[in-house]
Amino acid sequence: MPQVPDVAVVGAGPAGLAAAVEAAEAGLGVALIDTAGQPGGQYWRHYDEKHARPDDSAGHHGWPVFTRLRDRMYALRAAGRIRYLPGHQVWLVTRDASGAFTLRMTATTATAGGTDRTLVTGALILCPGGYDRQLPIPGWDLPGVMTAGGVQALLKGHRTTAGRRAVVAGTGPFLLPVATGLARAGVTVAAVVEANATLGWLRDPVGAISAPGKGVEALQYVALMARHRIPYKTRTVIREILGTDRVEAVRLARVDCDGRPTGPDEELPADLVALGWGFTPSLELPLMLGAQTAKDVDGSLVVAVDDRQRSSVEGLYVAGEATGVGGAALAVQEGRLGALALADALGRPADPAAMRRLGRAVRRGRRFAVAMHRTYPVPRAWPQWLSETTPVCRCEEVSYGDLRRAHDDLGAEDARTLKMLARPGMGWCQGRVCGFATAGIAACLSRRETTPGDLRSLATRSLAVPVPLGELAALTEDTTPVAAAGEPTEQRGRDGE
Amino acid sequence: MTHQMTFRGVTVAAEPGQSVAAALVAAGIHDWRTTRKGGRPRGLFCGIGVCFDCLITVDGVPDQRACLVAAAEGMTLGDEAEAGADREDAGDRRNADAAGA
Repeated sequence: MPQVPDVAVVGAGPAGLAAAVEAAEAGLGVALIDTAGQPGGQYWRHYDEKHARPDDSAGHHGWPVFTRLRDRMYALRAAGRIRYLPGHQVWLVTRDASGAFTLRMTATTATAGGTDRTLVTGALILCPGGYDRQLPIPGWDLPGVMTAGGVQALLKGHRTTAGRRAVVAGTGPFLLPVATGLARAGVTVAAVVEANATLGWLRDPVGAISAPGKGVEALQYVALMARHRIPYKTRTVIREILGTDRVEAVRLARVDCDGRPTGPDEELPADLVALGWGFTPSLELPLMLGAQTAKDVDGSLVVAVDDRQRSSVEGLYVAGEATGVGGAALAVQEGRLGALALADALGRPADPAAMRRLGRAVRRGRRFAVAMHRTYPVPRAWPQWLSETTPVCRCEEVSYGDLRRAHDDLGAEDARTLKMLARPGMGWCQGRVCGFATAGIAACLSRRETTPGDLRSLATRSLAVPVPLGELAALTEDTTPVAAAGEPTEQRGRDGE
Repeated sequence: MTHQMTFRGVTVAAEPGQSVAAALVAAGIHDWRTTRKGGRPRGLFCGIGVCFDCLITVDGVPDQRACLVAAAEGMTLGDEAEAGADREDAGDRRNADAAGA
């Protein structure tokens, strides 16, 4: 493969894996960069393949889709058509006047992983995926409280359960596989606590017709919930997580359709709480390149793309959750579509019929996603659940009271000003965890809707991940030659200099 | 073959392929650092490298994400500073922070 690939694909989850395979099979030279040590992303996260067991795929949806994509990717790598870079995280991406993209990378962990530092490419397909969206709840910083996806990752990626008696809470269909996965692993699931009414999307004519298979999938989960005798409490939320140095119990309350508590509280003992309120797309890389964004139906900031997965930045394609949360099947179709569209733009043969089919599938998938988002919204009244001392930003330990004072006393009317005055989103995670909540609190305090600007000010990061100062020093030494020459600079070993 | 690691003097076993965080949690250790201001205990939260709650010192290298680092034979995990010197001292740290604020 030439030194400069035709395209770099970032992310080896459903969208990225499909995009890399499709692009390479269309004749493009592909670099596939991923933070993890093996492909699959969050959705197909599985135990270290070097120590695999036959039951590692249990509970995985679309597992044959994954193994086929993975096998094709490995075959293309062996043929020299995909350069696969696992264990690498991209911390900076730039685009020069000629349209070439430069990616700066570090190893994901100090103990293992990537050694490549710089990659220059003519086109970019970003498939960064997403992670669990969180709302602060009194007590959510206690050990034993985890994101629903984190509980799932621990189970599927590490064969480990984080407790013996769990409560899974928030909203959305993802709570069900987390609960049934825990139950299968021998954990008592005291309840699934769902803020909304359930399965309404099955009655939504557009949503149900767009994805008939999803109805069957949902019914399978309902049957599993029944088999494991897991109580499913709808229109209910966790008001408070109780404990001193560890989770001991949760306090639940019934809520109305906007999330306002209506009924008496109920206490349930638990040593593990899994929380999820939908997903937040990872937008740091597209935002670095200035890609146009929009607020999606679910309230998340997403990259705006056209019917060929093209962003507003020339040569930048985006696929998967970053263009709107919609699940793995849709992500695969978007990844394939983006890769074929790019191949077509570069004058490679791309089957127009296949592209039309994928385009239709993507539109159908989007309609279904919209139906799901409307069924499982974040309740409008959620900021009412907060107390003055509830931590909103876990990194900088900024409480709801701190944010309220920044608004009331210092006049912070938007998320950007709140961030400057009270420091939410200024710590290690750079607002990934508290960004959605801080934007929502800013809007609520000022009695208005969340704007894309609120979301963008918490989603924009000067570096995508924290990096050692040495990397930044190296950057100032070699930025100019790389940008001007448009070819990779060999930086291996620079760390040791 | 099970790996043996050490966390503040305690032996922690890990299955090959497990992360450092998974091994700690499986051993019943749910928090391994305290926060700067409040001295609050922190362990696993997002489990996928996003939140940085689970930072830990691995073989003397600070601020590693325990959820991403693969467990290995002979690893030394955690250090005194992360623990807030000692658990009993965590309250004093909190007070000192409050006094200084």
